[in-house]
Amino acid sequence: MSEPLLEARDLTKNYGTVEALRGASFTAYPGEVVSLIGDNGAGKSTLVKCLSGVEQPTSGTLLFNGKPLRLHSPNDARDRGIETVFQDLAVAPDLDPAANMFLGREILKPGILGFLGVLDKKAMRRQASEHFGRFGAALQSIDVPIASLSGGQRQSVAVARSVAWASKLVFMDEPTAALGVVQRERVLDVIKRVRDEGIAVVLISHNMPEVLSVSDRVEVLRLGRRVARFKAADTTVEELVGAMTGALSQEDAA
Amino acid sequence: MTTTEETTLSTQPDEARTPLLKRLTGANTLWIGLVLLVLVAVFGAIRPDAVFQVTTLQFLLAETAVLLVLSVGMTFVIITSGIDLSVGSVLVFASVLSAMAMNKVSGGDATNAGWGVIAFGLLVAVVSGAVWGLLNGLLISRAKIPPLIVTLGSFGAAQGAALLLNNGSNVSGIPDKLNTTFGSGTWFGIPNIVIVAAIVTALGALLLSTTRFGRYTYAVGSNEEAARRVGISVRNHLTKVYLLAGTLAGLAGFMGNAFFRVAVVTGHETDNLNAIAAVVLGGTSIFGGVGSVVGTIFGVFIPAVLEKGLVIIGVEEFWQPIAVAIVLVAAVWLDQTRRRARNQR
Repeated sequence: MSEPLLEARDLTKNYGTVEALRGASFTAYPGEVVSLIGDNGAGKSTLVKCLSGVEQPTSGTLLFNGKPLRLHSPNDARDRGIETVFQDLAVAPDLDPAANMFLGREILKPGILGFLGVLDKKAMRRQASEHFGRFGAALQSIDVPIASLSGGQRQSVAVARSVAWASKLVFMDEPTAALGVVQRERVLDVIKRVRDEGIAVVLISHNMPEVLSVSDRVEVLRLGRRVARFKAADTTVEELVGAMTGALSQEDAA
Repeated sequence: MTTTEETTLSTQPDEARTPLLKRLTGANTLWIGLVLLVLVAVFGAIRPDAVFQVTTLQFLLAETAVLLVLSVGMTFVIITSGIDLSVGSVLVFASVLSAMAMNKVSGGDATNAGWGVIAFGLLVAVVSGAVWGLLNGLLISRAKIPPLIVTLGSFGAAQGAALLLNNGSNVSGIPDKLNTTFGSGTWFGIPNIVIVAAIVTALGALLLSTTRFGRYTYAVGSNEEAARRVGISVRNHLTKVYLLAGTLAGLAGFMGNAFFRVAVVTGHETDNLNAIAAVVLGGTSIFGGVGSVVGTIFGVFIPAVLEKGLVIIGVEEFWQPIAVAIVLVAAVWLDQTRRRARNQR
C-alpha cells in the first residue's frame, strides 16, 4: 500500500476531567474511502475535530504526507486541501446554495470593483450550479435560501460544497443520517466519485451495511482508542459490531 | 447516474434562476413599499392640496434624513442578529462634542466660522461616533457580552457623557455657513441634508447587497457557527458592523447640528427604538440573516408619513404611534410565521 496521507498517532484529548480520546490512532491513504466507526461516545467526533483543526489534541502527533502537521484552525486544514462535512451541516440557511458554496471564498469582480469587495455573483452562480449538477445535488433553483430546501437537498449542498474545495481529503460526519433512500444513494455515489478523483474520504457512520458497501477500509474506535482495522471486503457486520462493543479486539490496532 | 434534472442544471445554469417577477413578489420589501405607496395615496386623495405641496414634502424628507442615516447602520446590526440601543445617545454625544470643538477652535463661537472649522467639526462628529461604535463592537465580539446589554450600557453612558460635556445644556454657535448650505439649503428643491442621507443610504445599500462585507453580514446573522467554520472572522466582522453603526450615528449628529443650528441634548431618547422599528418594518428579520437597506427606507418613511398624514387630515396625531405599533408587530409576526413554515420542511 502507498504512503499514508494523514496519520494520527496516540492522540489524547481531555475536556476538563473527561478523556474523550485516550491515545487514538488513525490512518487515511490517498484515494480511499475509510470509515471510522464506533459506539456513541467512542470519540469519533472528537477525533474528526482534532484532524480537521476545529479542536487541538491535548497530546499526540499528526503526520500529513509523512511530515508533522499542526492544525491551529479549520483554515489550516483547508489550506492543505482538507475539508469537512459536519454532522450539523453548518450552512447559512438564509443564503442561497451558491452563496453557501462560495462562503469565505467569494469570487470578486475583476479590476477596481473587486478591489472594493464587489462580488461576482453571476460567476459564482454559474460555477455552483455546474458543480452541484456534477455531484448530484439536483436543485430546482440556485437562488433560493437553503432553508427553503428539503433536509436532503440541504445535505447535498453541504456535501457538494466540501467536495468542491477538497483536494486531498474530506471528512464526512454522518452525511447520510437525515436522508431518504434515493438521496442516500446519491451521497454514497458522490463519495465514490470523489475517491475516484484520488481524494481520500473519511466516512463516519452508524449504518454498518452502508459502511461495508462504500468503504475500502474500516477503522474502529472504542473508548477513545483504535481497537481494530479491517479491509471492508474481508469483514462482516458481525465483526464490526464485535469490535465496537469490545467483544473482539486486534492486538496490533492501537 | 445522470438524471434529467442534473443535465438541465449543468448545461443551462441560467434556467435555474428564479424569474425576476417571482423574486420581487417573494420579497417582503415589495409589500412594505406598497404599504407606503397606499398610505401616500390615501392621504393624497383626502387632502391633495396639502399633501402634494413642495414644502410638506421637503419638511417630511428633511426631518426623516437623520433617522434614515441611523437606520442604515441599524440595518447591518440587525442582520447580524444584533441590536444597537446606543445610536441616539451616540448621535447626541457626537453632536455636542462636534459643536463644542468647532466653538473651541473658533475662539468660543463658531457662528461665523469657515469651511476649515466645519470640516474639523465633521471629523470630530464622525470619529467620536466611530469610537463609541468600536467600543460596542469590541465588547460584543471579544468580551462576548450580549449586544442588548452592551448597547444599553453605551446608551446611558454616551448620553451621560454628552450631558457632562456641557453641563447638560444645548450647544449653540453652529456655523451659519453649515446651516445655510447643508441644513436649510436645497438643490433643485431637494434639501441638501436629504441628498447627504440619500448618498449614505445608496452606499449602504450597495455595501450590503453587492460586496463581500454585506455577504458576511448576512452569513454571520444567519448562522454564526457556519460562518466561523468557513474561516470568516466573526469577531472582526461584528466589530466592523458596530463600528459602522457608530460612525453613521456620528454623521447623523453632525447632520442634526446643520439642520437645527444647535446641538441638542434632549429629544433623541427614542431614536434607537425608531430606528429599530424602521428596520424591522422594512422587512429585516430581528432574528438575523435577512434584510435590506431598500426595505429600511420604506420602514423609515411609513411612520413619518403616518404622522404627517394624520396631522394633515385632522386626525389626532396620537394615533400615529398606535398605528405604527400595529404595523410593526404584524410585520414581525409575519416574519416569524414564514420562518416557522420554512423550517418545518
